[in-house]
Amino acid sequence: MELIFEISKEGRRGFIPPKMDVKPYKIESKYTRKNAPKLPEVTEGDVVRHYTNLSRLNYAVDTGFYPLGSCTMKYNPKLNERVASLSGFSEIHPYQDSKTVQGALKLMYDLGESLKKITGMDAMTLQPAAGAHGEYTGIAIMRQYHRSRKDFDRNEMIVPDSAHGTNPASSAMNGFKVIVVESDDRGMVDVDELKKVIGPNTAGMMLTNPNTLGIFEENILEISKIIHDAGGLMYYDGANLNAIMGQVRPGDMGFDVVHLNLHKTFSTPHGMGGPGAGPVGVKKFLEDFLPVPTIDKKKDKYVLDFSHKKTIGRVRSFYGNFTVLVKAYAYILTMGEEGIKHASEMAVLNANYLRTEISKILKVPHNNICMHEFVATTLPLEEKGIKALDFVKRMLDYGIHPPTVYFPLIVHEDIMVEPTETESKDTLDRFVEIVKKIYDEANEDPKILKEAPHTTPVGRLDDTRAARYPVLRWKEE
Amino acid sequence: MNPYIPHTDDEVEEMLSKIGVKSLDDLFSPLPQEKRVKKMGLPESLDEFSVFSNLRKLAYKNADAQRYSYFMGGGIYNHVIPSAVHQIVSRGDFYTAYTPYQAEVSQGSLQTMFEFQTMICEITGMGISNASMYDGAEATAEAALMAARFSKKYKVLIADTLHPEYLQTVKTYASGPEVKVEIVEHDETGTLSLNDLRNKIDEETAAVIVQYPNFFGVVEDLKAIREVSKDILMIVAVNPISLGVLETPGAFGTDIVTGDGQPLGIPMNFGGPSFGIFAIRDDRRLVRTMPGRIIGETVDVKGKRGFVMTLQAREQHIRREKATSNICSNHALGTLYAATYLSLVGPQGLKEIGENNLAKSHYLLEKLEKTGHFKRKFSGEFFNEFVVETDLNIFKLKRKLLKNNIIGPIDLGMFGGTKNKLRKLLSKNDLLFCTTEANTAEDIERLLSVVEAM
Repeated sequence: MELIFEISKEGRRGFIPPKMDVKPYKIESKYTRKNAPKLPEVTEGDVVRHYTNLSRLNYAVDTGFYPLGSCTMKYNPKLNERVASLSGFSEIHPYQDSKTVQGALKLMYDLGESLKKITGMDAMTLQPAAGAHGEYTGIAIMRQYHRSRKDFDRNEMIVPDSAHGTNPASSAMNGFKVIVVESDDRGMVDVDELKKVIGPNTAGMMLTNPNTLGIFEENILEISKIIHDAGGLMYYDGANLNAIMGQVRPGDMGFDVVHLNLHKTFSTPHGMGGPGAGPVGVKKFLEDFLPVPTIDKKKDKYVLDFSHKKTIGRVRSFYGNFTVLVKAYAYILTMGEEGIKHASEMAVLNANYLRTEISKILKVPHNNICMHEFVATTLPLEEKGIKALDFVKRMLDYGIHPPTVYFPLIVHEDIMVEPTETESKDTLDRFVEIVKKIYDEANEDPKILKEAPHTTPVGRLDDTRAARYPVLRWKEE
Repeated sequence: MNPYIPHTDDEVEEMLSKIGVKSLDDLFSPLPQEKRVKKMGLPESLDEFSVFSNLRKLAYKNADAQRYSYFMGGGIYNHVIPSAVHQIVSRGDFYTAYTPYQAEVSQGSLQTMFEFQTMICEITGMGISNASMYDGAEATAEAALMAARFSKKYKVLIADTLHPEYLQTVKTYASGPEVKVEIVEHDETGTLSLNDLRNKIDEETAAVIVQYPNFFGVVEDLKAIREVSKDILMIVAVNPISLGVLETPGAFGTDIVTGDGQPLGIPMNFGGPSFGIFAIRDDRRLVRTMPGRIIGETVDVKGKRGFVMTLQAREQHIRREKATSNICSNHALGTLYAATYLSLVGPQGLKEIGENNLAKSHYLLEKLEKTGHFKRKFSGEFFNEFVVETDLNIFKLKRKLLKNNIIGPIDLGMFGGTKNKLRKLLSKNDLLFCTTEANTAEDIERLLSVVEAM
């Protein structure tokens, strides 16, 4: 498709701003812009057509099944979008007097209370803008906790080898040395290996549970005890909370800090990569370290509370991705206690059903009861010259978004499938059929996979060229 | 039943038997049974209309821009948003898509972000833009870390005229890798003191951070700052909408531009989400240390133009603890807001909006001064915000304004959570006024009549 710049014609307008109704002001010439930016000059109709046509090149939850492992691509309810765009939520300013935003503050307060109940934590900040931002915040809290106790030697963060890349990155950004602990042959943290790496330098451990293989860490209570006995804190990466919400709470399994991905578990849309929201919950003894401000209730008034003395400070401006919070809150109200529990049950049911059926076609290395997702591998197809990437690219031709590939790093040629609870058995059966068809194709006509996809707006793109000769913006010829 | 979950009872039974377990509970057998949740204590589920009514009630309790005139800025601005923006960003094909990992079915997202990157380069005068950060504060903090990483020096200088919440955020981020933050003071013009800057640059200094226009609305003299800071990186946090009339930071040799994208078509949203701008000068070495996703042009197997996420060797999913940042989700939908907004307003619109903002703020200041109750605080040139000192009772003034459906100005003496810091900078009678093209001359008259009646 043409770029918007390529349909530009000098002099066209897409929007007429309010007319100047006061006398103009001339700013000192040394500050004035000399050359106008080369923005597109197009009509409103041009813009609407251009972006509407672009949108049609996208695959999205609204268009089809999106079994992207670790991403929880559940359906995004439309009620949530509608309420978030109410002017009373979307057209308010963060510095308005708190008495003029009582509705907004109450919503944030109530959402925080709900999330505390779901996670089993004692206090919550809604400030972080994404999952990794929540991780950053949570790990900063752990660091400040140790520093406040003058425990300056605790400079090591333990992270399993199956962890999301954000875990080691968030630890490193907080100045921690990352200690990787290996998984055992059942795909869980190897407790004996863990015991070898803990010590007086252990600040804590980051854990996703269920982990990225979709396996519940059965030794979680023992792991928590080992870390706590060593003087460390337990961090819960909430990326996979969808598997266990309403079933068991991180706060009851020994976790001291938790982040949530509202854009995964609580149905807010992913927006092509964001905005999400990554609230962080902590146990009572860490409350004073939360970023400021938090939302508090004083009698029947809601206020911003800046009083935390040991706060890590701020991790962004203002109070969080507020309209994302509105959507998550609407979701919790709609689902209620039973609905939340039902969601995790159906998510786990769907994943196990798919695992059972897919394991009849592809190899599933850890083929036991899984949680919300599972990992299969196309390794046996290697002799046909087929990589996991080839396999999933072919799915595009059948109108399905591929699962996550090449993650976690501990299984080779892996595809990681997370169906979520909002997909029907019919959809899952269709997925199984497609996997079977592609498997047969791989054996009979591997070329059709190697060259896939065949039906998408563009074919496979040259990543190497993009990185070697970077073209990162449009330029006039 | 629940409107989002499709399973019938029969299907559940059938699936369980295929899996080879007796009950749903069996699927949760790996969990520590003694810790299983009995009751979380959430309310019962509600139907759609009840949820809508509940939330509408909460929304209605807030004073919003449909009913009030805003003279409030300080990082979030009430601008006029063309109708087409909301229509486009509300397309499910955009907002329910994930990060464009599968480029073949994400060309809509990827091309939008590529166009966005181009537009950000055009308005800032920079060479390379990424595809968004979380917000202006976080983008600025990551720029500070990037500067330290790039120059292998561990001190950053920050103008005290930077938004106080940005400063707090930079300080938090700096504490991990132990980057030292030192404050540079401002002078009577309301801009950074060049003398103080000169004195504080030493061989350990990685960068200086200034805001343009700064928190007091005053336009920093980037040319002069660049001359003093030749040997270190210059980081400029911009208000993008000012760049329709103000010279670009790129024109003064800025190394990194950050800023908050909210003015580019995004509603105020109580402060979020917006998106963070992150752009650098065109430098191969610099781009390798840049955080965030970057979109690049390439070709497909048949030679057709297409777009992909590129230079990913910087990112956490590849580099893990050695990544340039931990950022994964960004604020991609913000790039769609900005791309549609900037396409609609075009170069002429951006200039007219800038001129309108500039004229309104100067008109308001002149009128306020004429009442005899307000005195301009800083002599420097300003864009759409300015600080005045008043002899009126601020509490009473704000109450009267609110009664007349006016929100703002910001009372700097009471500035949330940063009270102590700002009090050193300003007196408690200082107010930050803001005007945009959304404020009509009539709104301004209404504000003045409230003041005059006091």
